[in-house]
Amino acid sequence: MKEQGLYLPEFEHDNCGAGFICNLKGEKTNEIIHQALEILIKLEHRGAVSSDGRTGDGAGILIDIPHLFFESVCKFILPKPKEYAVGMVFLPKSYNQSDYCIQIFENNIKEQGMCILGWRDVPVDSSKLGIIAAKTEPKIKQVFIGKNKLELTENQFNTKLFTARKITEHAIINSKIAERHYFYVPSLSTTTIIYKGLLVPEDISNYYPDLKDPTVVTRLALVHQRFSTNTFPSWDLAQPFRYLCHNGEINTFRGNVSRMRAREALMESPIFGEDIKRLFPIILSGKSDSASMDMVVELLLMTGRSLPEALMMLVPEAWEKHQTMSAEKKAFYEFNACIMEPWDGPASIPFTDGNIIGAILDRNGLRPSRYTITKNGNVVMSSEIGVLNIKPENVVKHGRLEPGKMFLVDMNAGRIIEDDEIKHKIASKKPYESWVLENTLPLSKIPYNDLKLLEEPTDYNTRLKIFGYTQEDIATIITPMSITLKESIGSMGNDTPLAVLSDKPQLLYNYFKQLFAQVTNPPLDGIRENIITDISLAIGQDRNIFNINKEQAKKLRIQNPVISNADLDKIKNINHPDFKAVVIPILYPINKGLNGLETALDDIIKQIENEVSNNATIIILSDRNVDKEKAPIPALLACSYVHHSLYKADLRSKFGIIIETAEPREPHHFATLFGYGASAINPYMVNEIIKNLVDNNVIQNITPHQAVRNFNYAIGKGILKIMNKVGISTLHSYRSSQIFEILGLNSKFSKKYFPYTPSRIEGIGLYEIEREIEKKHRNAFSNNLTNLEIGGDYRWRRNGEKHMFNPNTIAKLQQAVREKNLDAYKVYTESINNQTKNLMTLRGLLEFDNLDPIPIEEVEPWTEIVKRFKTGAMSYGSISQEAHENLAIAMNRIGGKSNSGEGGEDKARFKKMPNGDWKNSAIKQVASGRFGVSSNYLTNAKEIQIKMAQGAKPGEGGQLPAEKVYPWIAKVRNSTPYVGLISPPPHHDIYSIEDLAQLIFDLKNANRDARINVKLVSEVGVGTIAAGVAKAKADVILISGYDGGTGASPLTSLKHAGLPWELGLAEAQQTLILNNLRSRVVLECDGQLKTGRDVAIACLLGAEEFGFATAPLVASGCIMMRACHLNTCPVGIATQDPELRKNFKGTPDHVINFMYFVAQELREIMAQLGFRTIQEMIGQTHKLNTKKVENHYKAAGLDLSAILHQPLTNGKKILSNVEGQNHFLHNVLDLKIISDAKPAIKNKIKTTLVYSIHNTDRTVGAITSNEISKLYGEDGLPENTLNITFKGSAGQSFGAFATKGLTLKVIGETNDYLGKSLSGAKIIIQKPEAATFLAEDNIIVGNVCFYGAISGEAYINGIAGERFAVRNSGAIAVVEGIGDHGCEYMTGGKVVILGKTGRNFGAGMSGGIAYVYNKNLQFSDQLCNLEMVDLEKLTAIDKNALRELIQNHKTYTNSHLAKLILENWEQEVINFIKVFPKEYKLALERIATEKKFDIIVA
Amino acid sequence: MGKLGGFKEFTRQDDNCLPVKKRVKNFNEFTISLQEKGLQDQGARCMNCGVPFCHSGCPLGNLIPDFNDMVFKGAWKKALKILHSTNNFPEFTGRLCPAPCEKSCVLGIINNPVSIENIEKNIVERGFSEGWIIPEIPKKRTAKQVAVVGSGPSGLAAAQQLNRVGHTVTVFEKDDEIGGLLRYGIPNFKLEKHLIDRRVNLLKAEGIIFKTNVNVGVNYKVSDLDKFDAVVLCGGATVRRGIQVSGSDNKGVVQAMSFLTQQTKQILNKPIAEQLISAKGKHVIVIGGGDTGSDCVGTSNRQGAKSVTNFEIMPKPPIGRSETTPWPFWPLQLKTSSSHQEGCKRNWLINTKEFICNEKGELTALKTVEVSWKIVQGKRPELIEIEGSEKIWPCNLVLLALGFMGPDQTIAKQLGIKTDERTNYKATNYQTNIQNIFTAGDMHRGQSLIVWAISEGREAARAVDLYLMGVSNLPTKGEGDILSA
Repeated sequence: MKEQGLYLPEFEHDNCGAGFICNLKGEKTNEIIHQALEILIKLEHRGAVSSDGRTGDGAGILIDIPHLFFESVCKFILPKPKEYAVGMVFLPKSYNQSDYCIQIFENNIKEQGMCILGWRDVPVDSSKLGIIAAKTEPKIKQVFIGKNKLELTENQFNTKLFTARKITEHAIINSKIAERHYFYVPSLSTTTIIYKGLLVPEDISNYYPDLKDPTVVTRLALVHQRFSTNTFPSWDLAQPFRYLCHNGEINTFRGNVSRMRAREALMESPIFGEDIKRLFPIILSGKSDSASMDMVVELLLMTGRSLPEALMMLVPEAWEKHQTMSAEKKAFYEFNACIMEPWDGPASIPFTDGNIIGAILDRNGLRPSRYTITKNGNVVMSSEIGVLNIKPENVVKHGRLEPGKMFLVDMNAGRIIEDDEIKHKIASKKPYESWVLENTLPLSKIPYNDLKLLEEPTDYNTRLKIFGYTQEDIATIITPMSITLKESIGSMGNDTPLAVLSDKPQLLYNYFKQLFAQVTNPPLDGIRENIITDISLAIGQDRNIFNINKEQAKKLRIQNPVISNADLDKIKNINHPDFKAVVIPILYPINKGLNGLETALDDIIKQIENEVSNNATIIILSDRNVDKEKAPIPALLACSYVHHSLYKADLRSKFGIIIETAEPREPHHFATLFGYGASAINPYMVNEIIKNLVDNNVIQNITPHQAVRNFNYAIGKGILKIMNKVGISTLHSYRSSQIFEILGLNSKFSKKYFPYTPSRIEGIGLYEIEREIEKKHRNAFSNNLTNLEIGGDYRWRRNGEKHMFNPNTIAKLQQAVREKNLDAYKVYTESINNQTKNLMTLRGLLEFDNLDPIPIEEVEPWTEIVKRFKTGAMSYGSISQEAHENLAIAMNRIGGKSNSGEGGEDKARFKKMPNGDWKNSAIKQVASGRFGVSSNYLTNAKEIQIKMAQGAKPGEGGQLPAEKVYPWIAKVRNSTPYVGLISPPPHHDIYSIEDLAQLIFDLKNANRDARINVKLVSEVGVGTIAAGVAKAKADVILISGYDGGTGASPLTSLKHAGLPWELGLAEAQQTLILNNLRSRVVLECDGQLKTGRDVAIACLLGAEEFGFATAPLVASGCIMMRACHLNTCPVGIATQDPELRKNFKGTPDHVINFMYFVAQELREIMAQLGFRTIQEMIGQTHKLNTKKVENHYKAAGLDLSAILHQPLTNGKKILSNVEGQNHFLHNVLDLKIISDAKPAIKNKIKTTLVYSIHNTDRTVGAITSNEISKLYGEDGLPENTLNITFKGSAGQSFGAFATKGLTLKVIGETNDYLGKSLSGAKIIIQKPEAATFLAEDNIIVGNVCFYGAISGEAYINGIAGERFAVRNSGAIAVVEGIGDHGCEYMTGGKVVILGKTGRNFGAGMSGGIAYVYNKNLQFSDQLCNLEMVDLEKLTAIDKNALRELIQNHKTYTNSHLAKLILENWEQEVINFIKVFPKEYKLALERIATEKKFDIIVA
Repeated sequence: MGKLGGFKEFTRQDDNCLPVKKRVKNFNEFTISLQEKGLQDQGARCMNCGVPFCHSGCPLGNLIPDFNDMVFKGAWKKALKILHSTNNFPEFTGRLCPAPCEKSCVLGIINNPVSIENIEKNIVERGFSEGWIIPEIPKKRTAKQVAVVGSGPSGLAAAQQLNRVGHTVTVFEKDDEIGGLLRYGIPNFKLEKHLIDRRVNLLKAEGIIFKTNVNVGVNYKVSDLDKFDAVVLCGGATVRRGIQVSGSDNKGVVQAMSFLTQQTKQILNKPIAEQLISAKGKHVIVIGGGDTGSDCVGTSNRQGAKSVTNFEIMPKPPIGRSETTPWPFWPLQLKTSSSHQEGCKRNWLINTKEFICNEKGELTALKTVEVSWKIVQGKRPELIEIEGSEKIWPCNLVLLALGFMGPDQTIAKQLGIKTDERTNYKATNYQTNIQNIFTAGDMHRGQSLIVWAISEGREAARAVDLYLMGVSNLPTKGEGDILSA
């Protein structure tokens, strides 16, 4: 599908199911193929199907070349195996065009000296294809290539095959033939062959009858199926690729590709000689991240690296902060970091070259990868366990792939090679340690003679003005960071104009919006999961990737690349044979204006070309020495232009860029500079400002040196957070990855200076940028009268930035709703709408058009319209009980919906009040912290909203500090009073689109009557994400604007992350229509909706439901204090302070009056436009036009026509929701259970049931719990009323939301998300008796078990995966071993771990207790994250409690380990250590005091 | 910024006053400033609002949260710099302004607002006592000459602003002293006159030329203004409202302004040409319940009146905010000034029908009638006299504090400047229909507050500078004045 409207194809994402099976004994069978395909069928719930119901997003299988089969079917003679290669070739459909491709391919094969043995038409059954797949089906042939009597080693043969294929690919892509895009070579190898296509898994072997032939036999099979976020799949992107397949997403993809391209200039190899130039670009354009990675792997193999080594380079472990990793392995990684940046992102990558088969997992362990080894020699690896029926007695081992680890099977040796062994072998091949030690230069090691004071020709105050500093920058941004080491926090939404609409001169950075992860990959938590992140960088020239020698290590290593003046001085004066630093000024003559700027930019490039050819390896771009004649070039502009120009000139990999600049002051500024290629930044002006602040006593008790360090540290943290938002863990990968969207710069400008960054609505160019510089510069030199500009971005000031909510709009709105005063409302709405017309928002630039007036009486009444209105998700906790309930009552009265937010809800509110009012929030939110999410909570929802992101801070989590967790807040959040609560950046059960589909399925099971709503935030690509979410079966998709409110957010996020809803909503609407998916979902919009006009525009752009948050709060009395994060809200809204809460004066009528006024204003617009109902109005973009703004030099360049684009589709275009989703609940196991368990559920009669279970039985227990909650609420049934035993492999989310009275036992094993939001049930997982393996050495349950569990018990007879008991708030769990990040963010409950734990145990753990078996004492020093917890010896009470739990464990699971421990209790109990969170300890003491005195201690 | 939760910790504390008995014995100011710590605590009450309504409510656009924070932190010099950046004469507004900022202070929703005005006064007085306030002489002079007619607060503000950018400014004052209403309209006990001199001396040192006893259009030909590149008319709204009933020409019926002016002249030891008006030993009735009326009450009590009674024709406003003027708008609300507290009977809904004199022609009483107001929406309220409610009030002195009708028309007529329906001098962005003649203050907007006068003077100066130079570096308060309810 081509780019149109706001849809950009490059933002497609995919996530997948993948796996392999192989036989250790080398037995080749046809059965393996079918078992492998069976794996895919069992993983089908992880894939997606297009709107035609048939076309999968692609699936395929890689197998050994079936020599005997080919001998029998080929009409030509084949040599011995490995003496020939088979290529699977996709060709154009038309004969002439396919012949043309064949001709080119054959010529290139012959040119390499090889011969064509013959071609075979691959039989296919096209009737198995869906409509969409059939349209793009290629002709499929196999080519057989011989060595042509050449004496070639296997490697040499492979090289020739690779060369021939690459050259052919380029030749055909560059040809003008119409169907050139059909040409693709899925595989060309002497060992393996790939059958793949746009198929659903069960059709692979039907489509390719070859696979059913009993003589098609193989030792191994690698399988894959794709789940792409949209449905424009193509045949060539089906997986596996030639060496690997990939389940996950490479977040750093764009940076990786551009840097790979830059490296090509340095590549030389005797193997290829001159031919090497013909291989470029190594990465073909327009391919997926996985396909591209495969192409790089292929190249690395050609450099003499082995397949495991290549993957270690691309997907390194998190070695930087690893305490126990061997020096040898660390050196290997550090050395290779000089050559290749990580391909970073969640990824499970099965790979094979036919001789070995294995898999590697990303450093953060974000994809599930389970394997089983059987007694008959099979190794099965896949995303889930239970995909093949393997009898328990046949199992040798159940294992899982751990973060950063590799799992390898040597097919020729017939054995499994463990991670340690393979990596040791690779890391010890070369003397990496000494290479690094002797050649890599740490910045701290550069000798330093005192800083020479750099004299600037222009005085301090003038320079502040030249660089656009405001009083607010200094007071609100710089000062706090220099003191607290943290970014400043703010609250409420952003109501200032976009940079391109602002009258205030803007820094170039402000036109760049950060992208962030939502749905397709998770944002990261660099604070709590610090061990996997890193911001150190190596700087210097790159070298030929074919050389593996010490030269590669000659780099300068910087720990925090935000460097002080002193550090930069060291680099400037570096005297070292491997490094040469040159300063290039980035100034231009102000009197020459635009020409001067353009010429200066080009001169910079020429100078650098010169310097680089004179062996400069470090280029320092400096805007020092501005004066009356010389103005600064925006550092970002200079940096990006240098990066891209030198890249085009094939020189980019020869030097690193350092920026010496007065401009940057916020984390976002720094992040953009790194994002466009900088390797270090010295913010010298900030250094000066800080010194000035210290001198003037504004910053007290710190030396200037320390204050600068603090600032640099805080920026480093801020950058980390920005990277983490988009799911990137290392600055090394983030550097030059360009993960931004431009908002408000024209394409002429962006194509030249920022060629790979999307910019969709045009805007200003270099001319206007120069005007802004000139204005600041002139003003700085001419005016010594006025102070610095006030700023006013975060707090309203006259003369500051404009705000839509200002004293007059707030005052008039409050007057309007309190007095039901239409005149006052009119002043309000006209003021807002005029402001928007006066260039504040994109919608302000749209005008109603094609009017067709009807009498207003014909328009549906306001009472109908407000049913589509919602209030925003604000948690009870972020706002007071009074304010929260006020909104709920108001919305229930008018039939709209209020939203609980992520803080749970008091069950007392679920019942209607005697006067008919109802405090129940119709929408219950499920966010990453899962606070208060229980079966009963979900049962009482009309709509359940999954918050993927929040407009104010997409990609970030939140925190409710301990002092704000008052007892009444703790109660509804199921947590402990005075224990801080953390909402993690990601949902730990959503690392990908298929995970979201699973959560939607979970919630639909938890309440079959509720609509499932997925909240997304506007950004480029949100349309494709929305399409994926629609395929994941959301009922409602909410597109939020970036400007929405928050109770607390870093200031950087409030301004710079995300986009206005106009863009996101229109993109979602267009993409859903293109995909034929619009009809299935309701589209909702929110983000600073304030007036009827706002709603009308949202509706015309495609929204059918509308959310308001700030405005109803203002109606309730909010005066935009922006102190929500401080608990000091004077009007009793955003505070829990009992005294301040008394000040709340809002009433439901105030909120209703607001909704009434908005609806009436909307009705007036509808009457003008000629719409009788909202339903008629949705998506009618022709009723809008894009009036250009004439009189504003900046806004005049905007072009909003893409927002109004109507997608071109075949057939009937549906613009709104007209049908429901099919949630496929009809064959859920629970439906059988609730029918079998009627006596238990209805009459509380003890009942025992037994079922067999498979991995396809997902979310077992949720519907049953929902039925129980409906009848008994939170109380559930008496303990053990309903006992159910399941035999086999349970699917994902087993026991999710399971409520009181249920005892669920699995004899076998389970997958991920066991006991999610456990609501009181008892869960027992037991190893089958027939199994011979030791339970304590084998993995029995998956990742992320007991996420958000509230209460209940669990006994697990085996090892669990990563993130066990994450955010547990009350459940008790006993387990025999766990992976990394155990008990992360836990706030309550008890966890007993009888065996090993992974790294980073207890990160962010604020409450609850864990008892960990710590016999070899490794836990305390190396594995536990001690930031928030203390390790203590067990008290007598602890010992008793522990013993009882272990006793239970033994009783329920018959655990061998429990038995051993209990038998030697006195010796064993001393091996346990108690993990006791510091806050929790304090809280328990405080609660005890309060109980004693019956008070609340303030 | 500010002290987190400071508003919960501290209660509002204003300056203390000398007891009534003591203070009415003289004409001096009678407030006693808080100690430094006390003032810092008052600054700490400021909540650093995301939307500081006070900043909108202040016609000058004072950066209130910003200087409050500095006071809280004890950074007085910085506070002064911030205060002076928007307000030329905080020592005047800090004493005389009715503080609309405090009416729109967010803390006022739930508690007593921050004592902004008092903080303001204390910042500037601290500045004077520390010697931080010194003449700022422009580094460069333009060749432009500007005349400012009138030396009230708007004229002075305009003059100082224009002087700052280097224009040569001459200020004409028709009275014998600089200050306009500040000088003779405001009693000494509210603004001691040396405070005006203190400021005027600074302005003189900065290079502003002052010419007193120059009444443009009367003893100075308007054609002589031609030698100036621009003129700013800041003559105030000086036409006094009278009362047209029988006996109003009696000598005992006196305009408040005459009364107040005489008193101040006495304090300044100036000769008084007319007959002396004194309240001593008299029963005084002050007609008019506004600020001037209140000043008359205070002055009468100080002069030794036997009794002081105050009349107001409008109804008695509610003690708190009227519902029709909710926060943050300027409230309709009963105002009880320090002068009221010093002793006076206040009467509302009362209209004077007749002044009664004895055979000597001395005023002995006046006759009133009670009134009510008939409100019909869309129409001007109608005054209705209540039959049979006539009453005779014995009195020896009546002071008329009925406000001003508008500016004197002399200059307008002589120069040909257009006026509006309320006789105010008409201007667009302070520029009259004559290109180089500008106007500001009460002459331009009609009778108003001192804070508006300064604001107008500042903004007009910027308009003049723009006119003269094409660009201006003078600050403007920007948009954002709070609307009315």
